[in-house]
Amino acid sequence: MNVPAAWYLVLAAVLFGIGAFGFLTRRSALIMFMCIELMLNAVNLTFVTFSRTLSDISGQAIVFFVMVVAAAEVTVGLGIVVAVFRRRSSTSVDELSELKG
Amino acid sequence: MIGVTYAVPAVLVFVTSALLIVVGALGVIAVKNPVHAALCLIMTLFGVAVAFVAQSADFLAAVQIIVYAGAIVVLFLFVIMFLGVDRRDHVNFEPLVGQRAFAGVGVVLTVGGLITLMARSHWVTGAMSVTTHLSSSQGNVKALGTAVFTTYLFAFEATAALLVIAVVGAVLLARRERPSQPQEVNA
Repeated sequence: MNVPAAWYLVLAAVLFGIGAFGFLTRRSALIMFMCIELMLNAVNLTFVTFSRTLSDISGQAIVFFVMVVAAAEVTVGLGIVVAVFRRRSSTSVDELSELKG
Repeated sequence: MIGVTYAVPAVLVFVTSALLIVVGALGVIAVKNPVHAALCLIMTLFGVAVAFVAQSADFLAAVQIIVYAGAIVVLFLFVIMFLGVDRRDHVNFEPLVGQRAFAGVGVVLTVGGLITLMARSHWVTGAMSVTTHLSSSQGNVKALGTAVFTTYLFAFEATAALLVIAVVGAVLLARRERPSQPQEVNA
């Protein structure tokens, strides 16, 4: 018998929390993108757990689409990081303070 | 749930994946060097793939390794090397006072509230599927392919457009703006 779904759901929640904490505290844009990947993976794990528990393939189909969106997001995000680095020679998001009121 | 014994292999697989995931995730947010963070991210992604296999999402586990560990992390590493930012990030510098404490309290409240909410509502609620059954004889890949190409066909086509837009956008963003010189044909 497989372990209950609750274990995987708690694990996914913890993973999401770690990713959110890193996103809120780290200042390098690259690390922040990695933390977004952590959060996306936590949600994927939740979807797969629900898919297994409810015996429904739709959860896995949605994870498939989330992966595609994550790939697109990383591509554009790293493009932005490269463009910002050209002008500032830094990936720290603290440098981007021109719109500060 | 107390008193119920689960199969030892299932528990072992869960503990393995949980260790990989949590240690890797803590590594991502704790290490100073971005290259080490990317390697820790691979560890977490492998742990998630293990959890996918344990929950009979075989195709997604393969895609997880190929797309995430194979493509996305390599893209991260490529950008890190390309920019030369593998020097240490100043982690201990805190421009906003109490930012870390507020983030910690907020995250603990959110995750704790989420877990409490789930624990009080039987964790997984909803109707069992009757049409798209997981444990059919046709296998995971065929079932997923059927779902993607029938029920979710429109979303699948939309992801194609999304990927094209993302590629064009990334090329536009990362292109070096060179001063407009007309005689550039001899390159």
